[in-house]
Amino acid sequence: MAAPQQSEIRYLNPLSVDVKKKKYCRFKKLGIKYVDYKDAEFLKKFLNEQGKILPRRLTGTSQKFQKKVAQAVKRARHLALLPFVTDMMK
Amino acid sequence: MNSYETVFIATPVLSDAQTKELLGKFQGIITENGGQIVNTEEWGLKKLEYPIQKKSTGFYFLIEFQGEGPIIETLETQYRRDERVIRFLTFRLDKDAVAWAEKRRAKLAGKAHEAANAASAAANNATETVKTEEE
Repeated sequence: MAAPQQSEIRYLNPLSVDVKKKKYCRFKKLGIKYVDYKDAEFLKKFLNEQGKILPRRLTGTSQKFQKKVAQAVKRARHLALLPFVTDMMK
Repeated sequence: MNSYETVFIATPVLSDAQTKELLGKFQGIITENGGQIVNTEEWGLKKLEYPIQKKSTGFYFLIEFQGEGPIIETLETQYRRDERVIRFLTFRLDKDAVAWAEKRRAKLAGKAHEAANAASAAANNATETVKTEEE
């Protein structure tokens, strides 16, 4: 008798388990056409703590701009505006 | 004619006059080979994110120019031969990059203008305060 009653737990609000925020490409949204390698602070948004380029499945960047981001990061690294390897960047 | 952008890092041991001379040298190489300089920027002494040739700082210079392809080869040869240049990067600007560069120049020019205005305004204020003090 007690077991079926316990299973009928009712919540006031629906559970927010699979409500995910939709990712978007920030370049397309903001209408940016060129990724500037000089702006190291901006490029750091696309790097992890070790200075590696984040995959686009995490950042949501479109393929077109992921290529440009990668190119810009590599240019910035060459000019020592960004490190090749590091720890605790953020 | 293509648009190019070149950045080079000079050793931090140079004096003011030497950096000017170095910049002039590379500007000269571009113009002598039929290029037109669009913009020059001096970013000054900046800290490098990692040491290059055991140096942790360097003078950054940026030159935007228009010209034909063969300039790049001569320019980069000169970069390699000059011991004062520790790192360089040259690449062609596509049309979005050219638009961006123009916007950036306008922004920088506006900032410089504002700064000049602010400085002159401050100077005026200073003279005014001096005047009022005199009165």
